[in-house]
Amino acid sequence: MAYLRSILRSGKNGVPAVLRREFHRTLPAAMQVTVRDAIKEAMDEELERDERVFLLGEEVALFEGAYKVTRGLWKKYGDKRIIDTPIAEIGFTGIAVGAAMAGLRPVVEYMSFNFSMQSVDHIINSAAKTYYMSGGLQPVSIVFRGPNGAAPGVAAQHAQCFAAWYGHVPGLKVVSPWSAEDAKGLLKSAIRDDNPVVFLENEIMYSVPFEMSEESQSKDFLIPIGKAKIERKGNHVTLVSHSHVVSRCMDAAAVLAKDGIECEVINLRTIRPMDMEAIETSVMKTKHLITVEGGWPQFGVGGEILARIMEGPGFGYLNAPAVRVTGVDIPMPYAKLLEENTLPQIKDIVFSVKKMLNV
Amino acid sequence: MPINVFIIIRKSQGSRVVVSARSFADLTPQASFDIKRCDLHRLDEGPSVQTVLTREDGLRYYRTMQTVRRMELKADQLYKQKIIRGFCHLYDGQEACAVGIEAGINPTDHLITAYRVHGYTYTRGVSVKEILAELTGRKGGIAKGKGGSMHMYAKNFYGGNGIVGAQVPLGAGVALACQYQAKNEVCVTLYGDGAANQGQIFEAFNMAALWKLPCIFICENNKYGMGTSVERASASTDYYKRGDYIPGLRVDGMDVLSVREATRFAADYCRYGKGPILMELQTYRYHGHSMSDPGVSYRTRDEIQEVRGKSDPITMLKDRMISNNMASLEEIKDIDAEIRKEIEEAAQFATSDPEPPLEDLCNHIFFNDTPFEVRGTSPWVKLKSIS
Repeated sequence: MAYLRSILRSGKNGVPAVLRREFHRTLPAAMQVTVRDAIKEAMDEELERDERVFLLGEEVALFEGAYKVTRGLWKKYGDKRIIDTPIAEIGFTGIAVGAAMAGLRPVVEYMSFNFSMQSVDHIINSAAKTYYMSGGLQPVSIVFRGPNGAAPGVAAQHAQCFAAWYGHVPGLKVVSPWSAEDAKGLLKSAIRDDNPVVFLENEIMYSVPFEMSEESQSKDFLIPIGKAKIERKGNHVTLVSHSHVVSRCMDAAAVLAKDGIECEVINLRTIRPMDMEAIETSVMKTKHLITVEGGWPQFGVGGEILARIMEGPGFGYLNAPAVRVTGVDIPMPYAKLLEENTLPQIKDIVFSVKKMLNV
Repeated sequence: MPINVFIIIRKSQGSRVVVSARSFADLTPQASFDIKRCDLHRLDEGPSVQTVLTREDGLRYYRTMQTVRRMELKADQLYKQKIIRGFCHLYDGQEACAVGIEAGINPTDHLITAYRVHGYTYTRGVSVKEILAELTGRKGGIAKGKGGSMHMYAKNFYGGNGIVGAQVPLGAGVALACQYQAKNEVCVTLYGDGAANQGQIFEAFNMAALWKLPCIFICENNKYGMGTSVERASASTDYYKRGDYIPGLRVDGMDVLSVREATRFAADYCRYGKGPILMELQTYRYHGHSMSDPGVSYRTRDEIQEVRGKSDPITMLKDRMISNNMASLEEIKDIDAEIRKEIEEAAQFATSDPEPPLEDLCNHIFFNDTPFEVRGTSPWVKLKSIS
């Protein structure tokens, strides 16, 4: 299992700062790579591999990305492959889907998935449904990516999590990576996938470095869409999470371990199709399930997991009703104290585990 | 030398049938026609006001328009018999647009339109049989019965789009792909007078002009967006000017030759890097907005009759060809009879072909993917999806 150090959260020293990456340099065995750089590497490698791949979005070219994710790509690939768009989400999303219909492989960047609401008609009606409606005549190979969910201080209109909204739609694949390896392997798979993929990044994770195995540095390193990963093995309770909240689960697991409670932390990696088999296998072992997410509770990712556990073989193994830990059911406030208390904190996860286990 | 041969056949009941066989050496192979001058926006010159029509082309346009007309009327019939359900937006009256546009572009060019799509589906190469069978929801339909009236596709033809205005950025995107792949192809992107007020159209205009995309934007102005006349919907009804910085032309959409000439002009303009261009086709639909709309609550029957009487595109072409001795009445009648037969056979197929099998229910969710399980209506029902 990959050994993770996250500087920003634990505050431990001793881990060197992120090494500057250059393209095509031969890399040593294992490397510290930020999620941001992993995403960029994925796009760089896929741009190089397939002429039909191109990027478009606001500020992706000259400005090098609002969050600097696309730094260097425009200089390398030029205007044809890296396109700055005007602020016209529904327009450029429609254009990207049309280009995909005509055989190209666009990667659309939203400066925030909150802005994708302007484009949602194209993502769903023009992209997701088309292969089905055409009886298999018209595929749409496209990736929609960008930061999703909470970010510090951005407040209500910029902090919504769209995992449940997009996860609702047949015809879409929805991916939510956590680590750098997740980001790289899953984005490469998403770009190579011949179907519409919504790729939900998170701003909080962009600067977090992770160790990337030697294997993951290969240009053909792919992580299959639809498979979860067990980030930490344990016997007492299953924590299922996605995106930045996985970090909090890992931290909560470390705290609980001191009290002898061993959590199994599952990183979903993909929201749709969801890896229920991994969750069920874990639940059959631990007999306790808590889903943890940053999104709102009503009709959320956790709600779906619990419903499926009820309907599946896992239910018979539960020693306690499964429970969801979610964001608070309110628009995201601005003030730091209020914001902190809107997302599940480490103490909330610890509290929920102890409550469930009756300790 | 013209040869007129009269054959008299005495039938058993005593009736006589006279058949006249006439050599085609009689008829004019081509003629020049005057067409209306187009109104221009930001253009110094427009399409030519004269065009040459060959007999061959003329007959082909006639046949195609008449096929579309008869196909749409058959769809009307099938809808009233409840064999076609849901949405059905008919194109009769507007045939000159679809046929004229196709005549002005190459098969390797691209086209996308909205939901009034049956005519374009035909001109872009799908058979009447497959169109009607899609309308009746059978497995022999072009989309295997899974799409219906508004979701038909073919090579270089991207539907068939149900969301008003959405097809316009999509079309600009196809044009982007044309530019990207550098094959000198163009994309014809159609929308109606109703859609012309959609914001995303202006976003598409901006990017098309900015990036000089080879996109021919065409507004089919049939004067009514559903039940709302153009005056009640648009602050400016000069749709050909509403591309602002994009040059535009306003064309008589009831004359197939005008449409062809204008399309040729537009394709020439944007094919080689000058950027997008906008065409407004002034046309008319005989039916209401859809089969649920009788079409007379917001316009008068007199208006409809007048257009039928004075500007019907098929009649206009036929009269032109006959009065210029380019075709004979018998020939036209034969063509009509052939078309009637084709439509009948297609309708026969469309009403007898079976519906898609239930096994097909969950297929075609993803392309090029491994088969996967789909939840049925209850947790015990597990269905299968294959690409």
